[in-house]
Parts: sequence; structure tokens; C-alpha cells
Amino acid sequence: MNSNLNANKDLHIVRREDLPQLFNILIKDGHQIVGPTLRDGAIVLDVLEGVAELPLGWTDEQDKARYRLVKRKDEALFGYSCGPQTWKKFLFPPDHILFKADKTRHGWRIDAGENAPPKFAFLGMRACDIHALTELDKVFIAGEYQDSAYLERRENIFIISINCSVVGNNCFCTSMGSGPGAASGYDLALTEIIDGDLHYYLIEVGSEKGEEVLGEIKHRTASQEEIRKGNELLTAAAQAISLKVDTEKLPKILKKSVEHPRWKEIASRCLTCGNCTMVCPTCFCSTVQDYTDLRGSQASRLRKWDSCFNIEYSYIHGGSVRYSSEARYRQWMMHKFASWIDQFGSFGCVGCGRCITWCPAGIDVTEELRFFCQNPLLDTTAKSA
Amino acid sequence: MAARKKPKLAVWKFASCDGCQLSLLDCEDELLEVAGVIEIANFPEASRAVKRGPYDISLVEGSITTPHDAMRIQKVRRMSKLLITIGACATGGGIQALRNFKDIKDFVSIVYARPDYIETLTKSTPIDDHVFVDCELRGCPINKYQLLEVISALLNDRKPNIPKYSVCMECKQKGNVCVMVSKGIPCLGPVTQVGCDALCPSYQRGCFGCFGPMETPNTISMSERFGELGIKADDIIRTYRTYNSYSESFRRESEAYER
Repeated sequence: MNSNLNANKDLHIVRREDLPQLFNILIKDGHQIVGPTLRDGAIVLDVLEGVAELPLGWTDEQDKARYRLVKRKDEALFGYSCGPQTWKKFLFPPDHILFKADKTRHGWRIDAGENAPPKFAFLGMRACDIHALTELDKVFIAGEYQDSAYLERRENIFIISINCSVVGNNCFCTSMGSGPGAASGYDLALTEIIDGDLHYYLIEVGSEKGEEVLGEIKHRTASQEEIRKGNELLTAAAQAISLKVDTEKLPKILKKSVEHPRWKEIASRCLTCGNCTMVCPTCFCSTVQDYTDLRGSQASRLRKWDSCFNIEYSYIHGGSVRYSSEARYRQWMMHKFASWIDQFGSFGCVGCGRCITWCPAGIDVTEELRFFCQNPLLDTTAKSA
Repeated sequence: MAARKKPKLAVWKFASCDGCQLSLLDCEDELLEVAGVIEIANFPEASRAVKRGPYDISLVEGSITTPHDAMRIQKVRRMSKLLITIGACATGGGIQALRNFKDIKDFVSIVYARPDYIETLTKSTPIDDHVFVDCELRGCPINKYQLLEVISALLNDRKPNIPKYSVCMECKQKGNVCVMVSKGIPCLGPVTQVGCDALCPSYQRGCFGCFGPMETPNTISMSERFGELGIKADDIIRTYRTYNSYSESFRRESEAYER
């Protein structure tokens, strides 16, 4: 958990009115800036041309299966919590053509090429989202085989994170050790401070690239008082997070709960619609589909987001191995909170709370985890009721 | 590679509005290409030139509502190597299956001047209640790209990519904001099969369920959620009773709220 700004580093101040310079320098540097903007009643992530597209003066109210935009009393640009979308869609697109092939007289001609992906600058990543990126890195590039599509998008991103001063009702990053402030993984980290008429950003530099970019923007060294204000916001944010999960024994408890009757109870509410996996910043499952034209002279292979909540996802010869809803929910939860640790050495959940907000049935993953912790199976061989 | 004989295609109509078979004509850009690779042998809506069966592919539109049609579908099956049902009528009984929840005799006496001329079945039923169906394309109407996908897959000996999971999967992948969560609009997306490219939610409306139940629809939980959104029992019944009212899970759910 990080609820304090790094005291060992120099902190800087960029005034609100100088923020457009950040856009200018990044765009001049060939970056495509992706950040928060208003659309269809939510704060979504999209390509931005300038500061004017940021959700000025808006915040959100979140609850189980509920999200509403609300006007703020101030003109904060980043005064909201996680929205419905995640940054993974830019690094791991929902539809990605792996290759195309054309039939010629001399056989198939493979066309691997899509154009080089844009050089992204991610503006407004939360600490939880940066942690999610770390998890995706483990999945896609840290292992023996690297995913080239992910890698070529990932290696050039410039990350400007925003430390959270606003927390949503469904945030539980403090339990997952991923927020509300970012400890690393950014080029520049911003804390937005509005103090009466003063509106400025407290800035931490996280990389050489960050240092260079900051050098091009009008800034000055932060005062002790300004740093104190930033720390105050972060501490208050950490304290405002009321959703809690005791993670210490979680993997052990879950692994002993394979036959717990609670799975069936959850399944009675679960719609198996897959929304939780679509909004999860770390869910990375995909399927591969082959397409042809009518004449069979062109073919393409597509990688598409998939979900462990889909029947076909676990289809092996003869049928699906996780047909029941409880088996599918269990697979999802066990992976995030137990087997991910065996695979990647950490939890697969970063506590962003998106799965709670965007589950149409309002299933609260923390409530379920607490249930398993409070009602462990006494006898591991017991069968579910 | 030796040129393959073009497969023969027939299009059959049962109780329906013709909208789904029109999707084939609606292919416009791709229609000539379709005609180039398959022989459209029996498609009265497109051509009076009808070639006799048997056929390699039969597209069947409509539901079975008369004793005559119940016989005719058997004949169609016997003449068809592959039988593909197209649209909500053929796959679920269609809008006309609303009659299944009432006494048909009452309708006939009200609607027709000479009820004794009318020969009809008590229920409108999907094609697979009568014969074996090789593949089904959902929707009211079907999505023409799904139709092209199935034809293309058949011609190229590959599996058609016709997923059976929820509309939400496509909706989220498009980057839509959930209308139910962000606006409280009731949406059947979580219990409805994908295939329409999440058309209604993309225009800020709830899903109407045109593509029928998804692979494992939890309509009980869905209705509870509708109830929390303030939808009354009568409206919950109507929500499930549109294009796919007689599809098993939608039927059961609407009947549960009728009691």
C-alpha cells in the first residue's frame, strides 16, 4: 500500500493552466494520448487531443451494479474513481488480426503485417491500473515466450499516473496492496490539488523519460506545505476505502473451499454474462478464430477476448469441463485469488472494484471472499449440499 | 485443386414475415459472390426458376403453425443435406408463438369471418421441435454477416464462428457503457445470445432479446434485478414475451411471473 508520496525524491509543481504544455510536448514527441473523457454517461478512456476533453468538474457515484456521473463543486480534471473501461484494450485489443493469408498460384501468401501500433501516452492511470499492467506484463512478456503484439504496444508507452484523492464505494486497493498512490511503474505521477483558488499538480518523476518531459513543461520545486497537502489527500483516500478483504490466508482458504456450498449460492445470482471479465484490468483470456471469404481465397486469423464464463472457453473434446455456473465462477475467483499466485507470484486482483460496479447482478467479490473466510469448510472432503 | 461442384441452396418459408430470407438478398455487395460459389436452386423470393431437390443447404425461415406445414417440413428435411434455421420464428417460434399462451380457438373466432375455414395448430413451434436441425441462426431478423459466415464456413470446411454467449461480451468489447448499470435501463443483454453486435445498447437502449436465450441464461436472477430497477411483474412478463417468447428459458420465466 502506498498512501504517502516518496519523501526521498524531489517533488514538483505544475500549475493547472500549464497542463496543456504536457499534451503539447507528448503529441510533439509522437505520442497518442489516451485518457479519461465523458461519453454516454460515464468516464471512458479514449484518444485525447487536449485538456478540454478531460472530464472537468465531474465525478462518479458507484455501488453494486450502479454507476452515475455527478457534478463536482470544483473544476477538478481527475476527481473521479475507476470508470467502466481498462487500459488493457489498448495493449491487448479485443479484436486483433494475427495474420492474413491470400491464396496465390504458388500457394498461400502470409501477410503478418498490421501497421505499427501507435506510441501511447496513458494519462490518468490509477495505482490499481498500474498494478494491473504489471500483472499483464507477467502474463504476456515475462515468460519464456513473449507476445509480440502486446510487447510492441507496451514498450513505448509513457505513463502519467494520477494518485487517487477520490475513492469509489467499490474500491478495495488498500486490501490488495495496490493503492491509492502509485509507488512505481510510472514516468510521471500526478496528485491533483485544489486549494481555494489554487489548482495545481504535485508531480513525482518516475523515470528518465519522465524527467525529460517535465523539463519541457513550466514547473517549480514543491514546497513542504504543498507536499504535506498531497500526503493529506492520499492518507484521507486510503482511510476512505471501507471495502476490505483479509488476504493473508485467502489462497489457502479458497483452495480448501472447492466443494463449498457457497459456490452454488453465488451461481444462483451469477448471470454468467462475462461482464466481470470484460471490465477486469487483468483478465487476459482470448480465443482464436479462423475466417475465410466465400471463395476460400483469403483467410484471416483473429485473436478475440474470451471469458472463462463462456461454455466454449473450457470446451475440450466431447464437451465443456466447466459447464455449471458455479464451476465457472469458482474458476474465475480461484484464479484471481489463489492460483494466480502459483502462476505469477502475486494476486490477480488489484482491487479496482470494476467487477462489482459493472456486474449487472451486483455480485460483490469482496463480500464473497469474506464469506469464504468467515465460513471455511471444516472438513475438506465434505461434499456440497 | 479440382473445381468443386457448386452446392445447391434452397430457401424455405414457413410462418414468418420474410425478413430473414430478405437478409440474403440484402447481402447486396456479397450477393454476386454468393451466387458465384453456390447455386441458388430454390429461392422463390429471388427467382421463379426453381430447380428440383435434393439440396445441399436448406435455409428454413418461419415456425410451424399449421398441420400442412408440419408435413411440409418433413419433406424439406428429406430433401436437404444440411438444414439451417434462420431467425427467431424458425429457432424459437417467433412473435406468433404469443398465441401459445392463450387458447387459439378464441383468436380464430374473433379474427376470422369464417373460423371453419381455418386449419391451424394450437401452438407455433420452432423447426427443431419437428425435424433435426444442423445449425441455427438466431435473431429477428438474423444478422446477414452471420449468414455469410455460416455459408463461408460450409464452403471452406471450417467451423462457423457463431458464439452462443451473452450480448454483454460483444457490448463491452465495443467499449459501450452498460445502460443498465449507468442509467438503470432494463436490458436483456446478460441472458441474450450475442450476434447483433450489441445493436440496441450501442444506441443507449436496453437489449430486447431478439437473439433469444444465451447458452446458460439465468433468467431468475435477471428478473430479480429488473424488479430492483422498479419493473413490475406484468412488464417483466412482457419483457420476455416478444420475439422469443416460446424459447424454453424465456417461456418459463414469463410464466413464473404470471402466477
